Amino acid sequence: MSPQFEIQLIAVIVAIACSLPGVFLVLRKMSMMSDSITHTILLGIVLAFFLTHDLSSPFLITGATLMGLITVWLTETLNRTRLLSEDASIGIVFPLLFSIAIILITRYAGSVHLDTDSVLLGELAFAPFNRMVIFGHDIGAKAIYSATVLLIINLAFIIIFFKELKVVTFDPMLAAVLGFSPSLIHYGLMMVVSLTTVGAFEAVGSVLVVAFMIGPPVTAYLLTDDLKRMLFLSGLIGAVNGISGYYLAAIFDVSISGSMAVMTGLVFLIVFITAPRRGLVSSLRRRNRQKLDFGKKTLLFHLYNHEGNENEIEEAGIHTLPIHFHWEQALIDKIIKILLKEGNITIENEVLKLTEQGRLKSRSDYESLFSE
Amino acid sequence: MENLIYIFKDYTFQTVALGSMILGLISGVLGSFAVLRKQSLLGDGVSHAALPGVVMAFVLTGSKDTQILLLGALISGLMATLFIISIVKHTRIKFDSALALVMSVFFGCGLVLLTYVQKIPDSNQAGLKRFIFGQASTLLKKDVYFMLICGVILLTFVVLFWKEFKLYIFDPEYAKSLGFPTYKLNLLLSLMIVMTIIIGLQTVGVILMSAMLIAPAVAARQWTNRLWIMVMLSALFGAISGIGGTAASSLAEKLPTGPATVVFISGIVIVSVLFAPGRGIVQKMMHRKNLKLFLKTEGGDTNVPTI
Repeated sequence: MSPQFEIQLIAVIVAIACSLPGVFLVLRKMSMMSDSITHTILLGIVLAFFLTHDLSSPFLITGATLMGLITVWLTETLNRTRLLSEDASIGIVFPLLFSIAIILITRYAGSVHLDTDSVLLGELAFAPFNRMVIFGHDIGAKAIYSATVLLIINLAFIIIFFKELKVVTFDPMLAAVLGFSPSLIHYGLMMVVSLTTVGAFEAVGSVLVVAFMIGPPVTAYLLTDDLKRMLFLSGLIGAVNGISGYYLAAIFDVSISGSMAVMTGLVFLIVFITAPRRGLVSSLRRRNRQKLDFGKKTLLFHLYNHEGNENEIEEAGIHTLPIHFHWEQALIDKIIKILLKEGNITIENEVLKLTEQGRLKSRSDYESLFSE
Repeated sequence: MENLIYIFKDYTFQTVALGSMILGLISGVLGSFAVLRKQSLLGDGVSHAALPGVVMAFVLTGSKDTQILLLGALISGLMATLFIISIVKHTRIKFDSALALVMSVFFGCGLVLLTYVQKIPDSNQAGLKRFIFGQASTLLKKDVYFMLICGVILLTFVVLFWKEFKLYIFDPEYAKSLGFPTYKLNLLLSLMIVMTIIIGLQTVGVILMSAMLIAPAVAARQWTNRLWIMVMLSALFGAISGIGGTAASSLAEKLPTGPATVVFISGIVIVSVLFAPGRGIVQKMMHRKNLKLFLKTEGGDTNVPTI
């Protein structure tokens, strides 16, 4: 395998592995927890390092994963006191743990290669240098295998506990009543998130783990309402981001993980603008239509109410209407134009009059809105 | 003790302590608004999102002047905030997801630019990273003056728009119905918070700036239910921890200022959450214990099921 292909393979596997638990983070409104965990695992690594004095020890991963769980637990304990909101709890816990980690590093581990840069930034381009050798045979980059193990764990967790995850995510109360333990599932999920973060930051750096974990699910969230489809789409989008990011990096010769994050942003931006029903364009159009619709109905009601009154000339006059409604002139003109075109109103001596059709429409609108 | 007095006379210490104090004060005030709006993590997001702006400013001007880099950071921080606001406004994506997405994408973009800059021949980009991760001990008198000016501007705005901000934070719908331009208020408040964060970047760095924004406000919130007292207390806590962190890092060897400040302010938060009168955990536990005792002496059933 060429290094280029290996890098792409790692990127795709890591992206899919990250996006699967990310779906549940997004749905459970816990996206920032991933950011929190990516910072606090540094403390776990530092503490585990002090115990083992070995940078390649598997205990470092254990320590980091445990610290991720501790972060979640601390945040929720703080939040449960109800003295501060959830986001504030996150914002108190992770800077504290991160600060402690930095202080420990600068004080006691200055000579060891354990700098914050390598944890925070990470670089995929170096992954192929670290080979997996079994019985003297080179069988590919180590990161391929670690990422694959990660993906298998995540897939297994989600497939086995799919039903539980689904019910706990959308209706924790129902889950508790049915006898699933919401907190057990919750901490299971958090452990997977923590493990994924630890496994992935080696390859892509911690800040970008957040992009991989949250980006694809958020993008998929704009495209579907179905959990299974959202999981599938997230994995797909993650893979696309990974590969296209690699080529972007190759063309401009820049940071690979950075350009994957950029692609994540670009893909999201495209979906954000164009997504059917939930995108920016359709949202603006829908709002515009609703505004016009509301305006049309209101104007018809208004005219119907004042039909034949002594102050009809003032209430329904073309020039006095904007003052009565506190609406912008442009909006009123537009609404009048549409209503004229539809044949619901006519203008007589600069006063708006309902036509027979408009009167009927006003009455049927009223009935459909207010009667049983 | 002699050590302490000696340090307080030290010129570098005075500069850094003054800088940290001003930062603590401003972030205490603006942080109160961020926390009450439940957008406390904005600090974390914006400070990460500042990276591409810093690098772009360096690429375009070629200077490593603090003010120019800060301007770049401000612009990209604001862009990120605008993105977040419009994502939340137009889709069903929640604030936290939008924040996590935008911040990581911006940071990735910054990394890309950074690696691009490194390839430009004889561009001396060293120090850009340091800028992002903060280094309080490199604060100069000039930087402190700059912070002071920004602080005065920000605080003036807070005083000027006090009533509007208060209304907007606690009841945005009502503010809107009264005819206040809530969207613009939101933008102004976000702009001010972003400015605070950017000022703090240099002192405590990206990651710790979010703590400086949240912690003083959270601590102050425990002691009072009135906004102006909370803001004052928050500013006080911020300022104290700025000085405390600087003093601790000067006294102890190899203790970076930023993290020391964060540990200090977190200590204040823990004390506040535990002991604040009326809300504190200790008082709540005492209250519960008294109630139990009362129930027992009055002959009630002690095995009342609780949730």
